Amino acid sequence: MKERYAMRKAKHPPVFWLFLAPVLLAFVLVIIIPFCLGVWYSFTNWSATARLGDTLRFIGFENYTRIFHDPSFLYSFMLTVVYTVLNMIAINVISFGLAMLVTRSLKGRNVYRAGFFVPNLIGGLILGYVWQFIFNAAVPSLGTALGLASWAQPENLLLAKSSTALVALVIVSAWQYAGYVMMIYVAAIENVPQELIEAAQIDGASPWKRLTAIILPMTSQAFTITLFLTLVNSFKQFDVNVSLTSGGPSVMFAGQPLYGTELLAMNIYNQGFKSNDMAGGQARAVVFFLVLAIVSVIQVSINKKREIEL
Amino acid sequence: MKRRKPGLVLLELFAIALFLVFLFPFFIVLINSAKAPFEITQNPLSMPAEWKKLIGNVVSIWTSVNVRYSSSFLSSIIVTTLSLLFLNFLSAQAAWVLVRTKTRLSNAIFIVFVAAMVIPFQIVMFPLLTWFREIYDMTGIKLLRSYSGIILAYIGFGVSQSIFMFHGFIKSIPLELEEAAIIDGCGRAEIFYRIIFPILKPIQATVLVLNGIWIWNDYLLPLLILGKGNAVMTIPLAVSNFAGAYVKQWDLILTAILMAMIPIVIFFLIAQKSIIKGMVAGSIK
Repeated sequence: MKERYAMRKAKHPPVFWLFLAPVLLAFVLVIIIPFCLGVWYSFTNWSATARLGDTLRFIGFENYTRIFHDPSFLYSFMLTVVYTVLNMIAINVISFGLAMLVTRSLKGRNVYRAGFFVPNLIGGLILGYVWQFIFNAAVPSLGTALGLASWAQPENLLLAKSSTALVALVIVSAWQYAGYVMMIYVAAIENVPQELIEAAQIDGASPWKRLTAIILPMTSQAFTITLFLTLVNSFKQFDVNVSLTSGGPSVMFAGQPLYGTELLAMNIYNQGFKSNDMAGGQARAVVFFLVLAIVSVIQVSINKKREIEL
Repeated sequence: MKRRKPGLVLLELFAIALFLVFLFPFFIVLINSAKAPFEITQNPLSMPAEWKKLIGNVVSIWTSVNVRYSSSFLSSIIVTTLSLLFLNFLSAQAAWVLVRTKTRLSNAIFIVFVAAMVIPFQIVMFPLLTWFREIYDMTGIKLLRSYSGIILAYIGFGVSQSIFMFHGFIKSIPLELEEAAIIDGCGRAEIFYRIIFPILKPIQATVLVLNGIWIWNDYLLPLLILGKGNAVMTIPLAVSNFAGAYVKQWDLILTAILMAMIPIVIFFLIAQKSIIKGMVAGSIK
């Protein structure tokens, strides 16, 4: 039977191309061609005026040497690394804590899970505005109500200094993302055999011992997933950045005033559209892509290794 | 058993407290959407003087020519549903032929799709605009500031992950099902739409949820392709356009935000289980 089915099959029957054509068309038009153009443009003097024809010239690595001497790019890059590390720690610690909590036999655990998850459904842009209001209006008023007048002073607002504004960004994205990552941990924790934990309990293992000796090792696969997930998502942060801080307040770096909270994605955007330096923006984007590609390769190889071990 | 109870009660209280903290920002949005501007300046934490004001604020956002909420809402629905419809059908059928055709070419196409998931939007965004403009100059097909352009873009950006998810699911469907249909004289396309497509329901739900939440909330792609303040705007664009122009009018900004959140929250309350399942499944790939 199987052979007959196979024999009637041409190598690539019409239906193969018929079914693939629409997605291939969209994919080539939207991803492949712009991607290739993008890599090529980063080696040229591409700009709004030098778009086509004679004026577009190959200039080698000039854009790349330029951006690596540009304080705004270097600052954004470092800032993004710091933000990513802080965010990974904050999200994973909170999420794992929440997951431990909602996997206990609590009465309302399904309600809690849903509640922690909800912020994740709303777009980062909108959440950024909400938190801008909270940091700038609700927190000072809460301070006044609690008798902490210093909370209401303009210079003490979280968004008033670039260092604390970065913390504000971490707070918002941790709040947004924690419930999502929590669900991954919940799935992993629920997979830990109950008998193991009970046996440890009978043997008199303390809760801390149960956590470090049983639960953490048995959920390590989930940690690989969530760490990479939060890494990549933090590195790409744009929406909350736009609506919460718009890149401000300003900061002095290498003798230049810069946007104090301008993460890489926003730096790329601003370089292209605000400074009208398309080629410079594109070179930044290529570096951005390379970092993400390396991270993905590392992730895939770690997962492969783990699969072999299992 | 009894000995553990006090601990659990404490944990329960702790969970309730955390739950309230997590939902507090939504509460802030809600109470301040029912206030007049001076009430917000006075105390953003107090309960509104009268909840009736909420309706007034909602009406003024819905009818405001500055926000254009109603037309943006419609645009968001059009963009999201059409993109989802295409993504779902086209990725499913593509994944099916990729699974069932075991050639090197077929395999290579699949690998390219999967590898493209690494490509961040930032590396294609500048050339995409130039390229769409060039397509317009060459063919007269308008892809910037139009529905067709943004839907095409969502298909392009969403197709990798969708094909990947369908691919994994279809691999587990036994070939015998299709062979029986061949004997009955079904054509191949017919086999797919009559037999395979209905079996894909669970994975379709995942693909729809994952892409739906992304497209509905997305900001950067519509910002580039549609632009702020043009004929077609999605809700995130409308909100940011309005919030940018009316910086201090928090009563109206928060009302607009509340109205942007409500559709998703309702959707979540209806389909909570499949949403959580779908979004978590998407991450693990």
